[in-house]
Amino acid sequence: MVDEGLPSDKADVDARFTELYKNHLRDVYSYSYYRVGNHHDAEDLTEQTFLQAYRHFERALRESNGRPLRPWLIRIAHNLAANFYRDRSRKPESGIEDADMISAPHTTESLVEGREQLKAILDGVQQLPDDRREALIMRFALGMDNREIARALGRTDGATKVLLHRAIRQLEGMVSEPAASEGEEART
Amino acid sequence: MSSGAADFEALLRQALTPIDPPAHLVDRVELTLVNLTELAQEELDAWELGAMRDPRNWVRPAAAAVVGVSAGTALVALRVRSRHRARKQRSGNVVELVERTFQDAAEEARRIVRRR
Repeated sequence: MVDEGLPSDKADVDARFTELYKNHLRDVYSYSYYRVGNHHDAEDLTEQTFLQAYRHFERALRESNGRPLRPWLIRIAHNLAANFYRDRSRKPESGIEDADMISAPHTTESLVEGREQLKAILDGVQQLPDDRREALIMRFALGMDNREIARALGRTDGATKVLLHRAIRQLEGMVSEPAASEGEEART
Repeated sequence: MSSGAADFEALLRQALTPIDPPAHLVDRVELTLVNLTELAQEELDAWELGAMRDPRNWVRPAAAAVVGVSAGTALVALRVRSRHRARKQRSGNVVELVERTFQDAAEEARRIVRRR
């Protein structure tokens, strides 16, 4: 009996991969961009992610048991990003590439008003420990749920929920601390 | 969830807005993938990125040539595909074949750019 969930030949594999690529190019690019902090390296990382994914796609289909492949794809990007830093002996850039990063994707007036606050949040995200930063990117930039994030990071659902909670609280603390100290300075 | 926490999560969502990939990246990745589909499965199995000299060195020239020629991408792919057998005969191993494929794609893309 033929398993209808699995591709029957290479053309079918390629068609399935094309679908994956079209559905998740933006996810992989967004993830890469927020990981490396600049467009140039994000493009390289995105391309390498899809090259690796293509190579292992058939096996991934077989082993996924019909589950979505986005966590698998993001895990490839995650591993490549780790290699990227190791090979180049460098750490993620401290800030997101350019000031226009905020103005480019956020063009409404209300967002421009909150520009400083958003920049503080982005700076804070870059300063978080790797696992917390990644979890936040997956949740808020990619809209992944706890289960998907857990699969991408190789953790349990419960551990992922705790990780996200702590990441948000830590970031909130980092963002509010400067504001609180500014307030105190103003009172003195 | 408290309203403060909800507000902060809303801000996080705004700060981490999804980023659309640039058009030239779409062309670049698609062309690379089209050319990869030329490789037989056993060649793909044998293909180790780490064994190649540096993928960035051959992916980037091909990509650079493709920028701005999205309409010609399909044509490039078609022509590159038609020469697959010849490249295979000239290649001593899979690494050479992959490199030749990308070089071929880059040259074809450059030819199209020059004609415009």
